[in-house]
Order: sequence, then structure tokens, then C-alpha cells
Amino acid sequence: MRVEIKFGGLGGQGIITAGYITAKAAALHDGKESVFTQDYSAEARGGASTSEVVISDKMINYPQVLHADYLVVMSQSAYNDYLHKLKKGGVLIIEEDLVKLDERAKDFKIYKIPATRFAEEIGNPIVANIVMLGFFVAITGVVSKEAMWKSIEERIPKRFLEMNQKAFLKGYEYGMEIVKKEKK
Amino acid sequence: MKPGYYFWSGDIAAAEGGIFAGCRFYAGYPITPSSEIAERMALRLPQVGGKFIEMEDEIGSIAAIIGASWTGEKAMTATSGPGISLMNENIGLAVMTEVPVVIVNAMRGAPSTGLPTLVGQGDFMQAKWGSHGSYEIISLYPSSVQETFDLMIDAFNYAEKYRVPVIFLLDAMLAHMYEKIYVPSEDSVERIERKKPTKPPGEQLIYEPDDDLIPPMPSIGEGYKIHASGLTHNEKGYPQLTAEAQEKLIRRINDKIRKHAEEIWKVEEYRTEDADIIVVAMGTNARTVKTAVDEARKEGIKAGLLRPITIWPFPYKYIEKYSADYIVAEINYGQIYHKVREYADNKVELLPKMGGELHKPHEILHALRRYKK
Amino acid sequence: MITAKKKSTMELLRDNVESLLRTERFPHVWCPGCGIGIVLNAFLRAMIRAKKDPNKTVVVSGIGCTGRAAGYVNMDSFHTTHGRAIPFAVGIKFARPELNVVVFSGDGDLFAIGGNHFINAARRNHDILVIAVNNFTYGMTGGQHGPTTPTGAYTTTTPYGNPDRPFNIPHLAISLGAPFVARWTTYHLMQLQNSIYTALNRKGFRVIEVISQCPTVYGRRNEMKSPLEMMEYFRKFSVRKDGATFDEMELTYNGKIVVGVFRDVQGIPTYEERYNEIIRRAQK
Repeated sequence: MRVEIKFGGLGGQGIITAGYITAKAAALHDGKESVFTQDYSAEARGGASTSEVVISDKMINYPQVLHADYLVVMSQSAYNDYLHKLKKGGVLIIEEDLVKLDERAKDFKIYKIPATRFAEEIGNPIVANIVMLGFFVAITGVVSKEAMWKSIEERIPKRFLEMNQKAFLKGYEYGMEIVKKEKK
Repeated sequence: MKPGYYFWSGDIAAAEGGIFAGCRFYAGYPITPSSEIAERMALRLPQVGGKFIEMEDEIGSIAAIIGASWTGEKAMTATSGPGISLMNENIGLAVMTEVPVVIVNAMRGAPSTGLPTLVGQGDFMQAKWGSHGSYEIISLYPSSVQETFDLMIDAFNYAEKYRVPVIFLLDAMLAHMYEKIYVPSEDSVERIERKKPTKPPGEQLIYEPDDDLIPPMPSIGEGYKIHASGLTHNEKGYPQLTAEAQEKLIRRINDKIRKHAEEIWKVEEYRTEDADIIVVAMGTNARTVKTAVDEARKEGIKAGLLRPITIWPFPYKYIEKYSADYIVAEINYGQIYHKVREYADNKVELLPKMGGELHKPHEILHALRRYKK
Repeated sequence: MITAKKKSTMELLRDNVESLLRTERFPHVWCPGCGIGIVLNAFLRAMIRAKKDPNKTVVVSGIGCTGRAAGYVNMDSFHTTHGRAIPFAVGIKFARPELNVVVFSGDGDLFAIGGNHFINAARRNHDILVIAVNNFTYGMTGGQHGPTTPTGAYTTTTPYGNPDRPFNIPHLAISLGAPFVARWTTYHLMQLQNSIYTALNRKGFRVIEVISQCPTVYGRRNEMKSPLEMMEYFRKFSVRKDGATFDEMELTYNGKIVVGVFRDVQGIPTYEERYNEIIRRAQK
């Protein structure tokens, strides 16, 4: 089955890294096929940033997102710009301190997390994207927890691994709480 | 590179594929979307004892790889359309003096500066006709990261075998997108080296062809006292500015490719056997078409995809082979369309896009529906 | 017993020079009285004196009258595209640092269309000897003005006198850090040969400018109808000054020509040497 994920936020939030880690986790550690693409139009820090991941059990043809199954947004502008890419009934994951929803959100399943606040508590807002990846794994299960962590380990310099592990687990556990509540 | 699975972009795969093929010399000038090839080569070539140099411009880059190739090295450069425009004079020199080099062109929206970061397919004709004069060249164009790696080996093999520049097309989408790729073991692929002279220095004429029309190639420093010139030359390599010398030389450097065209052709045929309508598409754009063909088949439309992997020499026999109608879906305003029209018996329709994005599957499907019987 | 007459050094040198030429290609394309042959001769004699192996020497030329030199030397030799001799040579030298690489080309080729390559190759200090024949004009295309034509000179594209300003080639080369920079004229046969000999024993980006006569399309428009008159000009107006200032190196219309070895510095690492260190680091 073809699954399409779009990440959006601001430059410096690690949106490109998040997409790359997710796609690589699926391809190399979950044994699936995946394609990762990014938008090169705004590389400056603070500008809009977006990346896309397509995951499938089979060879992937069209390499980009047509109708996203999952949209992960970490800024208001990303929410405004990319919401139309999310298919009806799709999953919308937001950084709740940075994104204000409007009436359009009613068409989607919404999950919220204060990822940046959690990252600051852990020690550095830079790991907000890793908090988000933990949360994404817990909510969606599109990529396995082990694969995602392995992919993070390969990407992050060793001296930052401990902080990143805390971030990943924080996001993951926060997500699992929500999933458990949903099941009840 | 150790055998195994990697997660690479097309640019990285092009660089690694080149190294895998035996390339040990790279000269280039950074330009989007090919710069990551230069970056990878700067990192990797010295690790394997190779040489990387960032030149002052694309003209210098191609001159340097032609010079390096004469020393016996497998050499390459990478650029995009604006860089190819600058290189074209020396591409002609490499054609005329029969020097194996590989030139990667990651196509972006054009003309001029166009869309530096976004996909285009406007350089097909430039690859064939960019330099002045009547000549043949080889051009290959993959559609996935894996195929980029694999085809780079073919690119070097063709360059070495036929003593011709190979223009390796990528596009901005493929250059920058990441996919899983398998790197095979070092000894699992065939690497072709240029033919070396069999006669000793003094007896070997530098441009004396064998029966296959390809002359053996000595390297600088071996005592052959090579002389090579972009002027029309005789078999000694000496300028001979006559119609007779021109007739002999230009006919041969064209024929050495034309007569081996079928060995150079690579084409993917997808669900074409019984097709009423065949979409011709290249590179990443062909991936969209595959999805659309599958959708069309579900609707009872007998659609297929024909993907030239070898763009030049154009694999025309594959067009002649089918009596179907053709749609040519390319990210330009009609280039390969003209080649298909040249060889097709039936209707040929152009489905162009000016650049910036691939065709969307529904756009292809929409076009295919007109052929529902 | 018959003893063969021992050949003089000059005769031996001439025999050896001939062995370095593709004499089968003669007559050459250069006009009677042209200075390029003098420069080529000086280069080949310096090669012999420096005992450079012709099988390990490469001559690269661009396009133009001087560009044809590559076609006459009996060594690996390349007649490339206009302006691109230097980057072509860079590719050869960087790939095979053990080769002796010589660029032999003209002023228009090296400094107008090829100017960007000259300045960047000099900046990187590639281990290449550049012999730049400066005849003040584009000879092969019929005598148009070029990047070295003196201000005021008459050419086919400066019928009212040249409004343009010429390159000061030694100044340019020195400003880029070239370790060996000299200028001679075709009148200074021995000095030129000695400078090429010295340069062949040096490393790095070495530049020798040779002011040469083009009586056919330059001299006759500029008050020097015959080759002899041009040589006479070089003889009368040349001043040797190794320590010349940049201003003194400037060439003016039919004015003074300051010649000499302006710079000869050893020990500056070449690009090729610096890259060996890169390979060492990468393989650590």
C-alpha cells in the first residue's frame, strides 16, 4: 500500500531531516520502498520548509505526494500552505503551540503535541523534530519504532545521541498515551 | 563502497556509480541541481586515490577531463543545462579527437537560468546537437536512483568502448530525490577499458581505426608521440584541411556509433505488447506514466509505456516496431516528439509540460482516455 | 683509419632539435619572418639542455598562429580549442604529476578568451610552464586587435588607433603569485633559451612572455614593414631590468620594452603537491 507523508515547518526546525530519517527508516530498516524529496526553494533559516516521503511495499512510481495520508506541521504557515495536500479523513499532526487550527481542520483526524516545549525541557529546542518523529511513530505506526530510532542514530552525531534519544522517547510515550486513551 | 543497501539521492548514486565504474578524475564547477555530485566526488575520490578539482568554470572543467582522459584515466564532470551550454565547444573537441569522457547533466527548468531547483527535460536536443557540426554522441537517462548507479557503469563502458563523450542525463527530481539502492560487489560488473595500441610507437598511427571503426588509444607518456587536433585530421592525427579528409573522418566518427546503435540501445517496454496507445516518456516522468498505464488498463484502455533509456542514438526501431498510436509526454514543448514522429506509422500526440514538475498521473490518464475504444 | 669530423655543439644541438620536430610536416604554416619559430627553437634547445625526456613531456596549444606549435613538436602534443590550452594542461598535469607539461600558445588565446583560465591556474599554482608568444595581434584571423595590442596601435579592427589598454602580462602573473615570470623578445635568443631552461628546472606556474614580430599583419600597419625592422625595434627599445617595477613592465605603442627575469622564487607548494596532502588526509 502506498502511504504519503508531508512534513512542513520553518527552516531550522529540522523538517528536511525529519523526512529523510523517516524515509530511510522505512527503506533500510523496515525493508520497504520509499522516496524522499524536499523543497529546495527556501533554504534560508526561518523560511518555509517542506519535505515529502512516499512509502510502499512495492516499487514506487510517482515520487511525490499527490494526496497526503499524513501531514505533520510545525508552523502556522505550513498549516496554511499545505493543508490542502491532506486527503479527506487524513491524519493531521501539529505542533500545538505553533499552529492554530481553523474550521478547515474538521475534515481530518487531529493529533497535537507541544514538541518544541518538550524539546526545551530536554535541553534544546533543536530536537523538536525528533520529539515529533517519536510522536509520529506512536500515532501512525507507518514506520516501526526500532527502524525510526536506528535511522536517527545513523543521522545524529554521537555526542548528541543521548539528548535525541530522550526527545524521541518523550514524543513516542506522549503519543502512546493518546493512542491508549483512544482505544479505551 | 561496501556491497549492500544504501539510501542515496540520484546525485550521490551518479558519483558513486562513476567511482564504481572506475572513474578516478573529476573536474567540475558547482551548479544546481548537480552540485551534490561534486561534493560527493570531493569527499570520495581522494579516498580511492583519485583526483577531484573544482575548476574556474564549466569550460575549464570539460577541458580538464579531456586532458586527464588522454593520460588513461576514466574522467567525468557534472553540471546542468547552463553548464552544458558552456561546455559544448569542447564536447565537440572530445567528439572530434575521440576522447572517452562522461558528462552528467541534471536537467532543470530552462531556457536560461530558468528553474534551478525544479525538474525539466529540455536538454534532449542539446545533448545531441549542442556542439556545431554533424556528429553522433551517446546519451543515457535513468529513471530511478538504482538505475542511475547501474547506468553510470554503462556510461563509462560506452565512452571507453566507442571513444566518445557520453552525456548522462539526470533531472532535478532524480538528482535530489532519495531512494534505496543496492551496491553490488566490486567484481560483479563488467568494466570495459579503451582499446590500447597493439603496435609499438613509431608504427602505430594515432587515428588508424580497426574494423570496428574505433582506433586504439595510446596514453600520454607511453612514447607514442600523440598528436591530436580539433582540426580535420588524417590517420596520423595531423591536420588535413581537405574535403576528402573531412569525408573520411566525419563519416567514420558518425558511423562508429550508428553501426553499433543496437548494442547501445536500452529501452524499457511496459505493457506495450497488445497496446493500442503507447506513451513515450523518459526519466522520472516515465514513473508517472507507469501509474497512469496501470489505471488505464483497469478502465479497459490498452495502454503501454515505452521508455527510451538510451536517448542518443535514438532507439528508433522500437518506435517502428509498434503499430499503435503514440503520446509523447515530456517536460518541454516538443523534442523527442519529433523523433517519434519521424519513425511512427500512426498518430503521434505531444503532451508537453513547460517544466517545474512531473506530469501528474491523472494528466496522463486523462490523455489516455481519449484512446478508449 | 678515417676519423669522422667531430660535430660542433651547435651542429649537435641542431640535429637534436630536428629530432624533436615533426619535420615531415614542414613547411609550417608560419609566414616568412614570423617570430614563433624562433621561440619554438629556443624551447626545444632548452629542452635538450635541460635533458627533459620528450616521451614524458606534453605540449598543449590553443588556437591561433602560435597554437599551431603543438602540431610540429615530436612529443605528445595537443591542439585544443581556443583559449582552453591551460585547463586542458591542468587535467593532464593533475592526473599525471610526473609529466612535464608545457603550454605553448599566443596572447589572444591565453589572455583574452582564455584569460579566466590563466588567472585561476596561476592562483592555484599548477605545475605548468606557460610560454606565451605575444605578437600584439590576432594574426591568423587577419590582424585584429587583441588583449595585448598597445594603445594607439593600428589593426584591422582599430583603423583609427587602438582605444583599448593592453595587459601587463608579467604584472598580472606576479600579482597571482606565479613563482617564475620572465619576458624576452625574439631578439633575445640566448636569454630566452636560458630562461626556458631555468623554468624547466623550476616548479609551479611558470610564465615566460615572448614579444614576437608579426610583420605580415601587425608590423606593416605600425611603421615596421619588414621582419628586420621589427627585430630592430626589439633590439633598440629593449632594456633589461630584472627588478623592474610593475609600471616599468607596461608596454606602450612602439615604446620601451622592459625585459628580464622578473620573479624566480622557489619552494611555493604546487596544487599537485597540496593535493597529495588531501589524499593522505582522506585515506587516514
